[in-house]
Amino acid sequence: MKFRGKITDIACLNHFTRVVTTIAKLTKTCVLQLTPDNLFFILSGKVTNGGVGMRCQLLQANFFHEYQMEGVSSELNQICLEVGPDNLSRALKTVQCAKSVKIKLSKKHCACLSISAELPTLSSVSRVVTHDVPVEVIPRRLWQEFQEDNMADFDVSIYLPPLKTMKNVVDRMKNLSNFLVMEANLKGEMNLKIQTDLVSVSTHFKDLGNPPWGEDSSQDGGLSQSRDPESMAEVTVDIRKLQQFLVGQQVNPSKAMCNMVHQSAVHLILLHEDVSLQYFLPAVA
Amino acid sequence: MPLSTISQSQDEQYVLLAILDNARNLSNILKAITCKDHAIFTATANGLKVTVEDSKCMQANAFIQADVFQEFTLKEDLVVFQINLTVLLDCLNIFGGNTAAGVSTALRLCYRGYGHPLTLFLEEGGVVTVCKINTQEPEEPIDFEFSSSDVTNKVILQSESLKEAFSELDMTSEVLQITMSPSQPYFRLSTFGNSGNAHYDYPKDSDMMELFQCNKTQTNRYKMSLLKPSTKALAISCKVSVRTDSRGVLSLQYLVRNDDGQICFVEYFCCPDEEVEEE
Repeated sequence: MKFRGKITDIACLNHFTRVVTTIAKLTKTCVLQLTPDNLFFILSGKVTNGGVGMRCQLLQANFFHEYQMEGVSSELNQICLEVGPDNLSRALKTVQCAKSVKIKLSKKHCACLSISAELPTLSSVSRVVTHDVPVEVIPRRLWQEFQEDNMADFDVSIYLPPLKTMKNVVDRMKNLSNFLVMEANLKGEMNLKIQTDLVSVSTHFKDLGNPPWGEDSSQDGGLSQSRDPESMAEVTVDIRKLQQFLVGQQVNPSKAMCNMVHQSAVHLILLHEDVSLQYFLPAVA
Repeated sequence: MPLSTISQSQDEQYVLLAILDNARNLSNILKAITCKDHAIFTATANGLKVTVEDSKCMQANAFIQADVFQEFTLKEDLVVFQINLTVLLDCLNIFGGNTAAGVSTALRLCYRGYGHPLTLFLEEGGVVTVCKINTQEPEEPIDFEFSSSDVTNKVILQSESLKEAFSELDMTSEVLQITMSPSQPYFRLSTFGNSGNAHYDYPKDSDMMELFQCNKTQTNRYKMSLLKPSTKALAISCKVSVRTDSRGVLSLQYLVRNDDGQICFVEYFCCPDEEVEEE
């Protein structure tokens, strides 16, 4: 089992740091899955974290100048580590001006991700700062949890409004209530609603557009084709979990969308050029 | 424009209908009087008066004249209801209370009468929010019987000068003592805190002093905790009038200019803490 990567471009380093920081805002611990082509940050939806799940995919070639890995075996060429993204983010933030950063899986007192940064210097002697971030190697028998499972057939898929607007609305609603109802239909309309003893608030977004799922791959396109465009799919979610997701977004994605399974789950998807972030929010009973 | 199409047909049912192009003009002034959750709204043909009280010793009033609104229609002579002010402010700022130029939240505020919720329609950038805030049985606001004929001392100051003093006030002091006198020290603010006593004196011929009308030396103490909320009004005001009557009741009137240059008033009444023996 080997992993070694090198980032030499400062823009890539900043970008990578930003992604890790975003992850750190969403969860305290998560799984870092390394494959020959991709890095994944994964949080599988367990009861202990309220059923919230996350999956962030980074194309290694877009970040790393050198990238070598050797998995557990040749047929299962991957490594799964449990990491605290906050530790990673803190280590990366301190080396923002580095000429190059090497990230290596190493064995010290325990398994570590060693982040060695070569810092700029005026003399001929180079300075290298190394951060060791402890990680835990996850045994193979637990891996099936981290496979990407297909989202159950969703009822409605819709593009999200500008995240900043959505964040403002959700922030205020959080002051008023603990639960929020998300509603959307296939006419590009989405509503955010709260209701308490004191007040009911509903925010209506329209003309958002619906992503064309499965149109090119198959004709039937599942449930959504036969659905009445006016009819709303509705999910009640924990407002803090939704807010957490919105707070973490540091850069505006090129595409933001949301798939909803009526009364059961919300699946938020943000696509950047080289990063994709998926967030699963279960419905509250 | 979506706001004008919504419930146009229902307009007749409302006893109060107010339209504002920029919801900030209302939310900013209401923010200045939030010290307790419950606020009494009194609408008359002149406009809207919002009253908040604390401990039966302090009262804050915000006056928003009818002409601040683009439309202000009242079907009855007097409409009174009580509402949770914190909730109302969250609703008014649902889009984040944007300060950027060119972006503003349009507001349509409607009330159908006793027992009905207060309905707000807010619109920004094509996104519409509808809020229904439940109204409560209005309480009778305290009458401080503060009449302008009984005013003993009065000064009008540029808010700038008072802001500075208030920002430096020793908040460990339980009270703020205000001395107004026709002779030295004219106008003095004093605190008695953990780290000692402090006095702020204003000469009566200062540029900051617009009016100085003191007839009798008066020294009164006011609970800092009751006066503290008034600093929010001070922060957005341009002038302040400080008056006391023969009983020592303090009246602070703030003149507030909104984003569109219109003028609104915020008034505070505060009872004195205890009698101070005059030397």
